[in-house]
Amino acid sequence: MNATHAQRRRERLDRGLKVRSEGIYALMSWRELVYLTLPRLILIAGLLILPFLMPTAYWQRVISIVCIYALLALSFDFLAHFVGLVSLGGAFFIGTGGYLTAILNTSFGLPPLLTIPIATVFGAVICTLLLLPCLPLRGVYFAIVTLMYPLLLMRVIEALDILGGTDGIVGIDSFANRWIEQYFIICMVLLFLFGMRRVVNQDLGLVLRAVKDNDQAVRASGISITYYKTIAVFISSAMGCLAGAYLVHLYMWAGLSTFALDFSILPIAATVIGGAGTLVGPVLGAFILVPISELLREFGTLRIVFYAIILLAFIVFRSEGIMVYGQRKYHQFEKWTKV
Amino acid sequence: MSSTKPPLLQVNQVTKTFGGIFALNDVSFDLHEGEILGIIGPNGSGKTTLVNCITGFIEMTAGEVLYRGKKISGKAPHKIADMGITRTFQIMRPYYSLPAYKNLVIPLFSPRAKRTGGWRGGGKLGDRNTVSIDILEELGFERESFVPYKKASNLPTGYLKRMELARCLALNPKIILCDEVFSGLSMSEIASMVPLVERLQMEGITLIMIEHRLRELFRVANRIMVLNFGEKLIEGTAEEVMADERVKEAYFGSQEVEEVMAHA
Amino acid sequence: MDILFEILIYGSIHSISLALIALGFALVYGTSRVPNFAHGALYIINGFIVWSFLRVWGLNYFLSVVFAIIVTGLIGALIYQFFLIRVRGMAISEIIASYAIGLAILEGFRWGGFKGMTYTLPTFIQGTIFVAGVPVDLHRIIVLVSGLALVGFLWLFTHYTRIGLALRGMAQDERAALMLGIDSDRMAVVAMVFGAMLAGLASVLLLPLGNIVVETGYNVLILAIAVCIVGGLGSWVGAVLAAFIIGFAQIFTEVFLGTHFKVVVALLAIIITLILRPSGLFGQQKELEERV
Repeated sequence: MNATHAQRRRERLDRGLKVRSEGIYALMSWRELVYLTLPRLILIAGLLILPFLMPTAYWQRVISIVCIYALLALSFDFLAHFVGLVSLGGAFFIGTGGYLTAILNTSFGLPPLLTIPIATVFGAVICTLLLLPCLPLRGVYFAIVTLMYPLLLMRVIEALDILGGTDGIVGIDSFANRWIEQYFIICMVLLFLFGMRRVVNQDLGLVLRAVKDNDQAVRASGISITYYKTIAVFISSAMGCLAGAYLVHLYMWAGLSTFALDFSILPIAATVIGGAGTLVGPVLGAFILVPISELLREFGTLRIVFYAIILLAFIVFRSEGIMVYGQRKYHQFEKWTKV
Repeated sequence: MSSTKPPLLQVNQVTKTFGGIFALNDVSFDLHEGEILGIIGPNGSGKTTLVNCITGFIEMTAGEVLYRGKKISGKAPHKIADMGITRTFQIMRPYYSLPAYKNLVIPLFSPRAKRTGGWRGGGKLGDRNTVSIDILEELGFERESFVPYKKASNLPTGYLKRMELARCLALNPKIILCDEVFSGLSMSEIASMVPLVERLQMEGITLIMIEHRLRELFRVANRIMVLNFGEKLIEGTAEEVMADERVKEAYFGSQEVEEVMAHA
Repeated sequence: MDILFEILIYGSIHSISLALIALGFALVYGTSRVPNFAHGALYIINGFIVWSFLRVWGLNYFLSVVFAIIVTGLIGALIYQFFLIRVRGMAISEIIASYAIGLAILEGFRWGGFKGMTYTLPTFIQGTIFVAGVPVDLHRIIVLVSGLALVGFLWLFTHYTRIGLALRGMAQDERAALMLGIDSDRMAVVAMVFGAMLAGLASVLLLPLGNIVVETGYNVLILAIAVCIVGGLGSWVGAVLAAFIIGFAQIFTEVFLGTHFKVVVALLAIIITLILRPSGLFGQQKELEERV
């Protein structure tokens, strides 16, 4: 009797310790270690093994597509729930990164090894510059402008017949090796997923969350809001441009459909369904939605209607999302002892 | 009281109109280093608007504000805060979703805190979490308890008010404009705030305190200024101000003063 | 000289068309601060309904138009009542919900509607007249006149009727309007209904000049937003003024540079506005300022 009492009391005290030392866990047992790391290990291992489990090359490509959308969803979630800026035009980032890569590859002859990093950074710079004017303004402006840019750019490319016009830019190199092609993007997703989680929990992320919550107080503390929002937009657009650069090398083609609506709405749907604000949720959402989207390919643009309706349903009726619900349940499992 | 040094802050003929309404009309005063200036006046007299204008949250229609002789009016609020002129908010604005001590990490992250080392940071800024708990302790958040770790949305008003002040202190300020820090506090909480305010003055921080609780204010303030309908009525010591007829009228209305006078 | 008149006349007509398109969006945003991304969708829906009444059910044109506009208004109200009202106040969710609705409708049409043939609406009157030596079809004249009449009517409505004044009050300061007894939820529905009907009216006047296709829905949305950004989100006067600026700019580019540059004008207009004067010509929001 006394032993279990002592055990429970220790666990009660431990709980307080864990609260106080966020991020540093006093690991008292193997069980705790496993409890903390298991979900992450499953995620990492799962992602790395996945390509081997896929029956055909078609489905292996689907994994790549999933990862592209996962990066976009990450960028959306970060901007929307950690900074308060809703980006309705993920296609803008993909398109910028994609076209930039296409130009670098076809006009300058650079290999994918170089085009992807350059396109990521320069694409992010271009996107941030174009979005810069609406950063000091209310959040609505950002949403509206991000909505407009992909639609407008598509029309401008078509109207002026630049950058390949309606035919697009063809003849882009693909990756040297199929395994590089496959694992590059998976590693990128993992890198950014865990990287963003760290950023968000560090002080920088704290300031960004504060900006979202209560920007007047942040200004009263002597911090320039526009500066931090710019940093956040830069990071987000870098993710999107990276995804776009990869996409273009995957398909060896860049065209108007690089600005397609899919890239704008699916990340939003993935985030809302997967669990906004958790950063893992959007990735999960992408894993759910993209395969479904592939299966629905015959239905043409009905897919988009499908996403839109699901998105609407979730956001209006059950805006929690799977991951948030799951996290809650998982933490409830933690203590199997009665206290 | 006033030394031969030039005033720290000079507010010259500040006017602010909203449409046709004069929230502030030609208000001027000087603030000397190391003093506590109390600003009082009935509700709606423009006190908070004055704070907003000085700290740059609202653009003034006319007039200027000089800090150490240099013009600061028209600058962005974060630049003004960066110079060491901080403020609390009358309608409290904590970061509700963050724990109390994380609320302070944000001002400690600002350029000013990084430059000047934060309050009591003494130059090299240590771990921000530790420093923020130190600052909270100075303001009465018991260190060993769970209080500093609670989410701000779960804390009572008294703690939140003090956290507002703590946020200013984290910036190592030269001037703090306190917008009604005593309101909403219980008598015991105020009793612990007054020595804190006095201690801040001893450390060399200049304070402007906007208050409704006159008794406590008069105990700490060196000078009092009265605002009514956006205009400065009078400036002077507490006794001078309270003896003035116009001040009594402003607070109580002229009819009541007459009645009181008639029955006296 | 002919060119000048051509520019003047077609510029005016085009500008009025832009104003017609943009007013619905400006109204909804100005009143309830919710950007109605379904604006383009409502435009197309209305066209589709008029077409159905006219061709499928054989009603006469005038009745079709009237009924269609009423139905579109109702659809607007339903959108608000069922979806937007539940997310009112949560800025992120509002934007996402409105976006999802707009996209669902437009893409739904792309998939399911307009199959088999080109859908068109007949013009009100056939015929061309010559104004100052420039040939203009009568329908466009009607557009011009109706547009001006509508702008005038809206001005009178928002300045002299109770509902109009309530909408203006809400646009200026929602809390103050609430304190004066104006029910903000009901006014938001009213604004949505009017916004939808304006979209419908615009579509009725403008669709006969072309075909009914889904792309038009997106174009309408883009143009409405561009005009509203330049004019200042939430300002009706600004929207009209901006419509003229952008309209004439587009006509100029069309005449001197070629038709395909028109869309570039819209893009440039937005970028220039955001850089020089972000809150637009008559914008009421001074950046992030709010009562402290």
